[in-house]
Amino acid sequence: MDINSNKYTFGFAILMVVLVAAVLSIAAINLKPFQDKNIELKKKQDILCTIGFSKNASDENYLSREKAGELFSTYIKHQPVINSSSEIINDLIAFDVDMAKELKKDVKERNFPFFVAEKDGETYYIIPIRGKGLWGPIWGFIALAKDLNTVLGATFGHKSETPGLGAEINLPIFQDQFPGKKIFNKNGIFNSIKVIKGGAKEGDVHGVDAISGGTITSNGVSDMLYDCLINYVTYFENLKNIALIDSVAIDSLETIELIENTVE
Amino acid sequence: MTEKATSTEIKKNKKEALFSKKNRKILTSPLTDDNGITVQALGVCSALAITVQLKPAVVMAVSVIAVMCIANVITSLMRNLIPNRIRIIVQLVVIASLVILVDEILKAFVFDIYQELTVFIALIITNCIIMGRLEAFALGNGPWKSFLDGLGGALGYSWILIVVAFFRELLGSGTLWGYPIIEKIGLYELGYQNNGMMILPPMALITVGVIIWIQRSRNKELVEEF
Repeated sequence: MDINSNKYTFGFAILMVVLVAAVLSIAAINLKPFQDKNIELKKKQDILCTIGFSKNASDENYLSREKAGELFSTYIKHQPVINSSSEIINDLIAFDVDMAKELKKDVKERNFPFFVAEKDGETYYIIPIRGKGLWGPIWGFIALAKDLNTVLGATFGHKSETPGLGAEINLPIFQDQFPGKKIFNKNGIFNSIKVIKGGAKEGDVHGVDAISGGTITSNGVSDMLYDCLINYVTYFENLKNIALIDSVAIDSLETIELIENTVE
Repeated sequence: MTEKATSTEIKKNKKEALFSKKNRKILTSPLTDDNGITVQALGVCSALAITVQLKPAVVMAVSVIAVMCIANVITSLMRNLIPNRIRIIVQLVVIASLVILVDEILKAFVFDIYQELTVFIALIITNCIIMGRLEAFALGNGPWKSFLDGLGGALGYSWILIVVAFFRELLGSGTLWGYPIIEKIGLYELGYQNNGMMILPPMALITVGVIIWIQRSRNKELVEEF
Protein backbone atom coordinates (compact mmCIF):
# COMPACT_ATOMS: atom_id res chain seq x y z
CA MET A 1 0.00 0.00 0.00
CA ASP A 2 1.19 3.49 -0.80
CA ILE A 3 1.58 5.22 2.54
CA ASN A 4 1.97 8.60 0.89
CA SER A 5 -1.37 8.61 -0.90
CA ASN A 6 -3.94 11.20 0.14
CA LYS A 7 -6.38 8.51 1.21
CA TYR A 8 -3.90 6.82 3.51
CA THR A 9 -2.69 10.12 4.94
CA PHE A 10 -6.23 11.19 5.83
CA GLY A 11 -7.05 7.75 7.18
CA PHE A 12 -3.93 7.71 9.32
CA ALA A 13 -4.55 11.19 10.69
CA ILE A 14 -8.18 10.44 11.57
CA LEU A 15 -7.33 7.13 13.21
CA MET A 16 -4.50 8.69 15.17
CA VAL A 17 -6.63 11.56 16.44
CA VAL A 18 -9.50 9.28 17.47
CA LEU A 19 -7.16 6.86 19.19
CA VAL A 20 -5.22 9.51 21.07
CA ALA A 21 -8.40 11.33 22.03
CA ALA A 22 -9.89 8.10 23.35
CA VAL A 23 -6.82 7.19 25.38
CA LEU A 24 -6.52 10.65 26.90
CA SER A 25 -10.25 10.94 27.67
CA ILE A 26 -10.35 7.55 29.34
CA ALA A 27 -7.30 8.47 31.39
CA ALA A 28 -8.76 11.87 32.33
CA ILE A 29 -12.17 10.48 33.34
CA ASN A 30 -10.74 7.65 35.39
CA LEU A 31 -8.17 9.78 37.15
CA LYS A 32 -10.47 12.72 37.88
CA PRO A 33 -11.86 11.48 41.23
CA PHE A 34 -8.33 10.97 42.56
CA GLN A 35 -7.25 14.38 41.29
CA ASP A 36 -10.27 16.16 42.76
CA LYS A 37 -9.65 14.56 46.12
CA ASN A 38 -6.02 15.76 46.04
CA ILE A 39 -7.08 19.28 45.11
CA GLU A 40 -9.69 19.41 47.88
CA LEU A 41 -7.19 18.21 50.50
CA LYS A 42 -4.61 20.65 49.20
CA LYS A 43 -7.05 23.53 49.65
CA LYS A 44 -7.79 22.43 53.21
CA GLN A 45 -4.06 22.17 53.88
CA ASP A 46 -3.47 25.67 52.47
CA ILE A 47 -6.23 27.12 54.64
CA LEU A 48 -4.98 25.46 57.80
CA CYS A 49 -1.41 26.55 57.06
CA THR A 50 -2.43 30.17 57.64
CA ILE A 51 -3.32 29.38 61.26
CA GLY A 52 0.02 28.01 62.37
CA PHE A 53 0.55 24.71 60.57
CA SER A 54 3.39 24.01 58.15
CA LYS A 55 3.60 22.21 54.84
CA ASN A 56 7.22 21.38 55.40
CA ALA A 57 7.60 17.75 56.50
CA SER A 58 10.63 18.53 58.68
CA ASP A 59 8.78 21.13 60.77
CA GLU A 60 7.34 20.33 64.16
CA ASN A 61 3.89 21.68 63.27
CA TYR A 62 3.79 19.78 59.95
CA LEU A 63 0.34 19.02 58.62
CA SER A 64 0.03 16.44 55.87
CA ARG A 65 -2.72 16.71 53.26
CA GLU A 66 -4.53 13.67 54.65
CA LYS A 67 -4.38 15.05 58.19
CA ALA A 68 -5.63 18.42 56.93
CA GLY A 69 -8.75 16.70 55.61
CA GLU A 70 -9.44 15.27 59.07
CA LEU A 71 -8.64 18.41 61.07
CA PHE A 72 -10.38 20.90 58.81
CA SER A 73 -13.77 20.70 60.51
CA THR A 74 -12.15 20.77 63.96
CA TYR A 75 -10.64 24.20 63.44
CA ILE A 76 -12.88 25.86 60.88
CA LYS A 77 -16.02 26.92 62.75
CA HIS A 78 -17.94 28.98 60.20
CA GLN A 79 -17.78 29.29 56.43
CA PRO A 80 -19.81 32.38 55.55
CA VAL A 81 -20.16 33.90 52.10
CA ILE A 82 -21.04 37.58 51.60
CA ASN A 83 -22.24 39.44 48.54
CA SER A 84 -21.07 42.80 47.22
CA SER A 85 -23.40 44.69 49.57
CA SER A 86 -21.78 42.88 52.50
CA GLU A 87 -24.80 40.75 53.36
CA ILE A 88 -24.39 37.13 54.31
CA ILE A 89 -25.73 34.69 51.74
CA ASN A 90 -27.28 31.88 53.71
CA ASP A 91 -27.30 28.96 51.33
CA LEU A 92 -23.63 29.06 50.31
CA ILE A 93 -20.63 27.46 51.99
CA ALA A 94 -17.30 29.24 51.62
CA PHE A 95 -15.35 26.07 50.79
CA ASP A 96 -17.53 25.37 47.76
CA VAL A 97 -17.04 28.81 46.22
CA ASP A 98 -14.70 28.59 43.25
CA MET A 99 -12.63 31.78 43.24
CA ALA A 100 -11.63 31.33 39.60
CA LYS A 101 -15.30 31.44 38.57
CA GLU A 102 -16.08 34.36 40.88
CA LEU A 103 -13.33 36.48 39.34
CA LYS A 104 -14.91 36.13 35.92
CA LYS A 105 -18.17 37.65 37.17
CA ASP A 106 -18.89 41.35 37.46
CA VAL A 107 -17.81 42.72 40.86
CA LYS A 108 -21.45 43.43 41.81
CA GLU A 109 -22.44 39.80 41.29
CA ARG A 110 -19.48 38.14 42.96
CA ASN A 111 -19.64 36.08 46.12
CA PHE A 112 -16.95 36.69 48.71
CA PRO A 113 -16.25 33.67 50.91
CA PHE A 114 -14.27 33.60 54.12
CA PHE A 115 -13.55 31.18 56.92
CA VAL A 116 -13.70 31.69 60.66
CA ALA A 117 -11.29 29.46 62.52
CA GLU A 118 -10.58 28.92 66.17
CA LYS A 119 -7.34 27.51 67.45
CA ASP A 120 -5.89 27.67 70.96
CA GLY A 121 -8.39 30.33 72.04
CA GLU A 122 -7.54 32.63 69.12
CA THR A 123 -10.05 33.56 66.42
CA TYR A 124 -8.87 33.79 62.82
CA TYR A 125 -10.65 35.24 59.82
CA ILE A 126 -9.25 33.54 56.73
CA ILE A 127 -9.83 35.19 53.37
CA PRO A 128 -9.17 33.46 50.05
CA ILE A 129 -7.51 35.67 47.44
CA ARG A 130 -6.82 35.17 43.75
CA GLY A 131 -5.16 37.22 41.03
CA LYS A 132 -2.80 37.27 38.10
CA GLY A 133 0.91 36.48 38.09
CA LEU A 134 3.26 36.62 35.14
CA TRP A 135 2.28 33.39 33.38
CA GLY A 136 -1.00 32.42 34.96
CA PRO A 137 -3.20 32.64 38.04
CA ILE A 138 -1.82 33.09 41.54
CA TRP A 139 -3.86 32.60 44.70
CA GLY A 140 -3.58 32.40 48.42
CA PHE A 141 -5.20 32.59 51.83
CA ILE A 142 -4.63 35.30 54.36
CA ALA A 143 -5.56 34.97 58.03
CA LEU A 144 -6.51 38.05 60.02
CA ALA A 145 -6.69 38.32 63.80
CA LYS A 146 -9.84 39.19 65.74
CA ASP A 147 -9.17 42.92 65.17
CA LEU A 148 -9.71 42.23 61.43
CA ASN A 149 -6.53 44.18 60.77
CA THR A 150 -3.42 42.30 61.87
CA VAL A 151 -2.28 39.46 59.60
CA LEU A 152 -1.54 36.23 61.42
CA GLY A 153 -0.56 34.05 58.50
CA ALA A 154 -0.50 33.82 54.72
CA THR A 155 -0.01 31.12 52.12
CA PHE A 156 0.35 31.63 48.38
CA GLY A 157 0.20 29.35 45.40
CA HIS A 158 0.67 29.70 41.66
CA LYS A 159 0.00 27.76 38.50
CA SER A 160 3.06 28.46 36.39
CA GLU A 161 5.33 31.20 37.72
CA THR A 162 9.03 30.98 36.82
CA PRO A 163 10.89 28.49 39.04
CA GLY A 164 13.45 30.20 41.25
CA LEU A 165 11.93 33.62 40.60
CA GLY A 166 8.19 34.31 40.82
CA ALA A 167 7.52 30.73 41.92
CA GLU A 168 9.16 31.52 45.28
CA ILE A 169 5.95 33.17 46.52
CA ASN A 170 4.87 29.78 47.83
CA LEU A 171 7.98 29.39 49.97
CA PRO A 172 8.21 30.20 53.70
CA ILE A 173 10.91 32.82 52.98
CA PHE A 174 8.23 34.98 51.32
CA GLN A 175 5.16 33.96 53.30
CA ASP A 176 6.77 34.36 56.72
CA GLN A 177 7.06 38.10 56.15
CA PHE A 178 3.30 38.56 56.42
CA PRO A 179 2.42 37.82 60.07
CA GLY A 180 2.27 41.08 62.03
CA LYS A 181 1.50 43.27 59.01
CA LYS A 182 -1.66 45.38 59.03
CA ILE A 183 -4.23 46.00 56.30
CA PHE A 184 -5.69 49.24 57.76
CA ASN A 185 -3.59 52.32 58.50
CA LYS A 186 -3.59 54.26 61.79
CA ASN A 187 -6.69 56.21 60.80
CA GLY A 188 -8.57 53.01 60.09
CA ILE A 189 -8.45 53.43 56.31
CA PHE A 190 -7.86 50.39 54.13
CA ASN A 191 -4.26 50.34 52.91
CA SER A 192 -3.66 46.68 52.03
CA ILE A 193 -0.14 45.20 52.05
CA LYS A 194 2.29 45.94 49.25
CA VAL A 195 5.14 43.84 47.96
CA ILE A 196 7.98 46.34 47.57
CA LYS A 197 10.76 46.04 45.02
CA GLY A 198 14.11 46.70 46.62
CA GLY A 199 12.80 45.73 50.05
CA ALA A 200 10.31 47.17 52.52
CA LYS A 201 11.55 49.70 55.06
CA GLU A 202 12.12 48.36 58.52
CA GLY A 203 9.02 48.76 60.66
CA ASP A 204 6.74 49.19 57.64
CA VAL A 205 3.54 47.44 58.65
CA HIS A 206 2.08 47.63 55.14
CA GLY A 207 5.03 46.36 53.10
CA VAL A 208 6.97 43.13 52.54
CA ASP A 209 10.10 42.46 50.47
CA ALA A 210 9.60 41.49 46.83
CA ILE A 211 11.43 38.61 45.14
CA SER A 212 14.51 39.49 43.07
CA GLY A 213 13.85 38.73 39.43
CA GLY A 214 10.17 38.16 40.15
CA THR A 215 8.88 41.70 39.82
CA ILE A 216 5.75 40.98 37.80
CA THR A 217 4.71 38.16 40.11
CA SER A 218 5.43 40.38 43.13
CA ASN A 219 3.30 43.18 41.70
CA GLY A 220 0.64 40.56 41.01
CA VAL A 221 0.62 39.66 44.70
CA SER A 222 0.21 43.35 45.67
CA ASP A 223 -2.68 43.81 43.26
CA MET A 224 -4.30 40.55 44.32
CA LEU A 225 -4.17 41.52 48.02
CA TYR A 226 -5.65 44.95 47.33
CA ASP A 227 -8.34 43.87 44.87
CA CYS A 228 -9.56 40.97 46.98
CA LEU A 229 -9.34 42.40 50.49
CA ILE A 230 -11.07 45.66 49.60
CA ASN A 231 -14.32 43.76 49.00
CA TYR A 232 -14.44 42.75 52.65
CA VAL A 233 -13.71 46.18 54.10
CA THR A 234 -17.34 47.28 54.55
CA TYR A 235 -18.31 43.97 56.09
CA PHE A 236 -15.36 44.12 58.48
CA GLU A 237 -16.21 47.67 59.49
CA ASN A 238 -19.78 46.60 60.22
CA LEU A 239 -18.48 43.70 62.30
CA LYS A 240 -16.18 46.01 64.22
CA ASN A 241 -19.03 48.45 64.92
CA ILE A 242 -21.22 45.65 66.22
CA ALA A 243 -18.36 44.50 68.42
CA LEU A 244 -17.97 48.09 69.66
CA ILE A 245 -21.68 48.39 70.47
CA ASP A 246 -21.53 45.05 72.25
CA SER A 247 -18.60 46.11 74.37
CA VAL A 248 -20.27 49.41 75.24
CA ALA A 249 -23.41 47.51 76.15
CA ILE A 250 -21.42 45.18 78.37
CA ASP A 251 -19.70 48.18 79.96
CA SER A 252 -22.98 49.86 80.80
CA LEU A 253 -24.39 46.58 82.16
CA GLU A 254 -21.38 46.29 84.41
CA THR A 255 -21.80 49.86 85.54
CA ILE A 256 -25.43 49.21 86.41
CA GLU A 257 -24.43 46.11 88.37
CA LEU A 258 -21.73 48.10 90.08
CA ILE A 259 -24.20 50.80 91.05
CA GLU A 260 -26.67 48.20 92.25
CA ASN A 261 -24.00 46.55 94.35
CA THR A 262 -22.91 49.83 95.87
CA VAL A 263 -26.50 50.71 96.73
CA GLU A 264 -26.94 47.43 98.50
CA MET B 1 7.86 -21.96 11.90
CA THR B 2 8.78 -20.83 15.42
CA GLU B 3 12.16 -22.51 15.10
CA LYS B 4 12.79 -20.61 11.94
CA ALA B 5 11.80 -17.36 13.59
CA THR B 6 14.08 -17.88 16.56
CA SER B 7 16.98 -18.85 14.33
CA THR B 8 16.62 -15.67 12.29
CA GLU B 9 16.43 -13.72 15.52
CA ILE B 10 19.65 -15.27 16.72
CA LYS B 11 21.19 -14.49 13.37
CA LYS B 12 20.11 -10.89 13.74
CA ASN B 13 21.53 -10.74 17.22
CA LYS B 14 24.78 -12.19 15.99
CA LYS B 15 24.86 -9.60 13.28
CA GLU B 16 24.65 -6.82 15.81
CA ALA B 17 25.09 -7.15 19.57
CA LEU B 18 22.95 -5.02 21.89
CA PHE B 19 25.89 -2.89 22.82
CA SER B 20 27.94 -3.09 19.67
CA LYS B 21 30.49 -0.39 19.00
CA LYS B 22 28.05 1.40 16.73
CA ASN B 23 25.28 1.31 19.31
CA ARG B 24 27.59 2.54 22.02
CA LYS B 25 28.48 5.45 19.79
CA ILE B 26 24.77 6.29 19.35
CA LEU B 27 24.52 6.48 23.11
CA THR B 28 27.71 8.39 23.87
CA SER B 29 28.22 10.83 21.02
CA PRO B 30 25.35 13.18 22.09
CA LEU B 31 27.10 13.49 25.45
CA THR B 32 30.12 15.19 23.92
CA ASP B 33 30.81 15.95 20.27
CA ASP B 34 27.21 15.79 19.11
CA ASN B 35 25.59 17.47 22.09
CA GLY B 36 22.09 18.81 21.57
CA ILE B 37 22.63 22.12 23.31
CA THR B 38 26.29 22.97 22.80
CA VAL B 39 26.79 21.66 19.27
CA GLN B 40 23.37 21.49 17.62
CA ALA B 41 22.04 24.52 19.55
CA LEU B 42 18.70 22.81 20.24
CA GLY B 43 16.67 23.02 23.44
CA VAL B 44 18.42 26.20 24.54
CA CYS B 45 15.17 27.91 25.55
CA SER B 46 14.34 25.42 28.29
CA ALA B 47 17.99 25.39 29.35
CA LEU B 48 17.71 29.11 30.04
CA ALA B 49 14.34 28.94 31.74
CA ILE B 50 14.88 26.37 34.46
CA THR B 51 18.53 26.50 35.44
CA VAL B 52 18.14 29.00 38.27
CA GLN B 53 18.18 26.18 40.78
CA LEU B 54 19.59 22.68 40.78
CA LYS B 55 16.49 20.81 41.91
CA PRO B 56 14.11 21.84 39.10
CA ALA B 57 16.90 21.26 36.59
CA VAL B 58 17.35 17.68 37.78
CA VAL B 59 13.60 17.10 37.77
CA MET B 60 13.39 18.48 34.23
CA ALA B 61 16.31 16.29 33.18
CA VAL B 62 14.62 13.16 34.51
CA SER B 63 11.33 14.01 32.78
CA VAL B 64 13.04 14.69 29.48
CA ILE B 65 14.93 11.39 29.67
CA ALA B 66 11.66 9.50 30.23
CA VAL B 67 9.66 11.30 27.53
CA MET B 68 12.45 11.20 24.97
CA CYS B 69 13.14 7.47 25.34
CA ILE B 70 9.46 6.50 25.15
CA ALA B 71 8.66 8.90 22.29
CA ASN B 72 11.63 7.65 20.30
CA VAL B 73 10.61 4.02 20.73
CA ILE B 74 6.95 4.66 19.84
CA THR B 75 7.85 6.67 16.75
CA SER B 76 10.39 4.08 15.71
CA LEU B 77 7.76 1.30 15.97
CA MET B 78 5.41 3.31 13.75
CA ARG B 79 8.08 4.52 11.36
CA ASN B 80 6.93 2.42 8.42
CA LEU B 81 3.31 3.48 8.85
CA ILE B 82 3.68 7.24 9.16
CA PRO B 83 2.80 9.17 5.97
CA ASN B 84 5.66 11.43 5.04
CA ARG B 85 3.62 14.60 4.69
CA ILE B 86 2.21 14.59 8.22
CA ARG B 87 5.18 13.10 10.04
CA ILE B 88 5.94 16.25 12.07
CA ILE B 89 2.33 16.40 13.29
CA VAL B 90 2.47 12.73 14.21
CA GLN B 91 5.65 13.30 16.19
CA LEU B 92 4.08 16.23 17.98
CA VAL B 93 1.00 14.19 18.84
CA VAL B 94 3.14 11.37 20.26
CA ILE B 95 5.12 13.74 22.47
CA ALA B 96 2.12 15.81 23.55
CA SER B 97 -0.03 12.81 24.48
CA LEU B 98 2.81 11.25 26.47
CA VAL B 99 3.37 14.47 28.33
CA ILE B 100 -0.34 14.94 29.09
CA LEU B 101 -0.63 11.35 30.25
CA VAL B 102 2.36 11.71 32.58
CA ASP B 103 0.90 14.97 33.92
CA GLU B 104 -2.51 13.40 34.64
CA ILE B 105 -1.06 10.32 36.33
CA LEU B 106 1.23 12.40 38.53
CA LYS B 107 -1.68 14.65 39.48
CA ALA B 108 -3.75 11.68 40.59
CA PHE B 109 -1.21 9.59 42.45
CA VAL B 110 1.86 11.62 43.41
CA PHE B 111 0.39 15.05 43.98
CA ASP B 112 3.47 16.45 45.72
CA ILE B 113 5.73 15.69 42.79
CA TYR B 114 3.04 16.96 40.43
CA GLN B 115 3.06 20.36 42.12
CA GLU B 116 6.81 20.62 41.64
CA LEU B 117 6.72 19.37 38.08
CA THR B 118 3.64 20.91 36.59
CA VAL B 119 5.47 24.02 35.42
CA PHE B 120 8.05 22.02 33.47
CA ILE B 121 5.76 19.48 31.97
CA ALA B 122 4.46 21.99 29.47
CA LEU B 123 8.03 22.96 28.69
CA ILE B 124 8.89 19.40 27.68
CA ILE B 125 6.60 19.58 24.66
CA THR B 126 8.40 22.65 23.40
CA ASN B 127 11.82 21.07 23.74
CA CYS B 128 13.13 20.89 20.20
CA ILE B 129 15.73 18.26 21.05
CA ILE B 130 12.97 15.68 21.38
CA MET B 131 11.36 16.55 18.03
CA GLY B 132 14.81 16.78 16.50
CA ARG B 133 15.73 13.25 17.51
CA LEU B 134 12.39 11.82 16.41
CA GLU B 135 12.76 13.46 13.02
CA ALA B 136 16.43 12.76 12.50
CA PHE B 137 16.76 9.31 14.04
CA ALA B 138 13.67 7.43 15.17
CA LEU B 139 11.97 7.70 11.76
CA GLY B 140 14.83 5.79 10.15
CA ASN B 141 16.00 3.32 12.78
CA GLY B 142 14.75 0.37 14.82
CA PRO B 143 13.31 0.62 18.35
CA TRP B 144 16.43 -0.44 20.26
CA LYS B 145 18.71 1.97 18.46
CA SER B 146 16.12 4.70 18.82
CA PHE B 147 15.91 4.01 22.53
CA LEU B 148 19.68 4.37 22.84
CA ASP B 149 19.60 7.53 20.76
CA GLY B 150 16.84 9.00 22.92
CA LEU B 151 18.68 8.11 26.11
CA GLY B 152 21.94 9.54 24.79
CA GLY B 153 20.35 12.74 23.53
CA ALA B 154 18.46 13.28 26.79
CA LEU B 155 21.55 12.59 28.90
CA GLY B 156 23.55 15.04 26.79
CA TYR B 157 20.85 17.66 27.41
CA SER B 158 20.69 16.76 31.10
CA TRP B 159 24.32 17.17 31.99
CA ILE B 160 24.52 20.62 30.45
CA LEU B 161 21.36 21.61 32.31
CA ILE B 162 22.68 20.34 35.61
CA VAL B 163 26.12 21.95 35.22
CA VAL B 164 24.58 25.33 34.34
CA ALA B 165 22.09 25.08 37.21
CA PHE B 166 24.90 24.13 39.61
CA PHE B 167 26.86 27.31 38.90
CA ARG B 168 23.81 29.57 38.71
CA GLU B 169 22.41 28.41 42.04
CA LEU B 170 25.81 28.44 43.76
CA LEU B 171 26.88 31.87 42.53
CA GLY B 172 23.44 33.47 42.30
CA SER B 173 21.70 32.31 45.48
CA GLY B 174 24.60 30.84 47.46
CA THR B 175 22.78 27.54 47.87
CA LEU B 176 22.89 24.04 46.39
CA TRP B 177 19.67 21.99 46.27
CA GLY B 178 18.30 24.66 48.63
CA TYR B 179 21.10 24.06 51.18
CA PRO B 180 22.82 27.34 52.15
CA ILE B 181 26.34 26.16 51.43
CA ILE B 182 28.07 29.56 51.21
CA GLU B 183 26.55 30.60 54.53
CA LYS B 184 27.75 27.38 56.19
CA ILE B 185 31.28 27.84 54.88
CA GLY B 186 31.23 31.37 56.27
CA LEU B 187 32.14 33.26 53.10
CA TYR B 188 29.59 36.02 53.78
CA GLU B 189 31.53 37.05 56.89
CA LEU B 190 34.56 37.69 54.70
CA GLY B 191 32.57 40.15 52.63
CA TYR B 192 31.41 37.79 49.86
CA GLN B 193 28.12 38.61 48.16
CA ASN B 194 25.86 36.62 45.87
CA ASN B 195 25.88 37.70 42.26
CA GLY B 196 22.28 38.69 41.52
CA MET B 197 23.01 38.64 37.79
CA MET B 198 23.38 34.87 37.90
CA ILE B 199 19.68 34.32 38.54
CA LEU B 200 18.67 36.33 35.48
CA PRO B 201 18.31 34.55 32.12
CA PRO B 202 21.23 36.25 30.30
CA MET B 203 23.72 34.58 32.61
CA ALA B 204 22.37 31.16 31.62
CA LEU B 205 23.27 31.98 28.04
CA ILE B 206 26.73 33.10 29.08
CA THR B 207 27.26 29.97 31.20
CA VAL B 208 26.24 27.78 28.25
CA GLY B 209 28.62 29.88 26.15
CA VAL B 210 31.49 29.11 28.52
CA ILE B 211 30.77 25.37 28.23
CA ILE B 212 30.75 25.67 24.43
CA TRP B 213 34.04 27.57 24.56
CA ILE B 214 35.72 24.91 26.74
CA GLN B 215 34.37 22.14 24.53
CA ARG B 216 35.61 23.71 21.31
CA SER B 217 39.00 24.61 22.63
CA ARG B 218 39.45 20.93 23.50
CA ASN B 219 38.12 19.63 20.20
CA LYS B 220 39.13 21.85 17.29
CA GLU B 221 37.02 19.84 14.84
CA LEU B 222 33.88 21.42 16.28
CA VAL B 223 35.02 24.95 15.43
CA GLU B 224 33.14 26.28 12.41
CA GLU B 225 35.18 27.64 9.51
CA PHE B 226 34.53 31.21 8.48
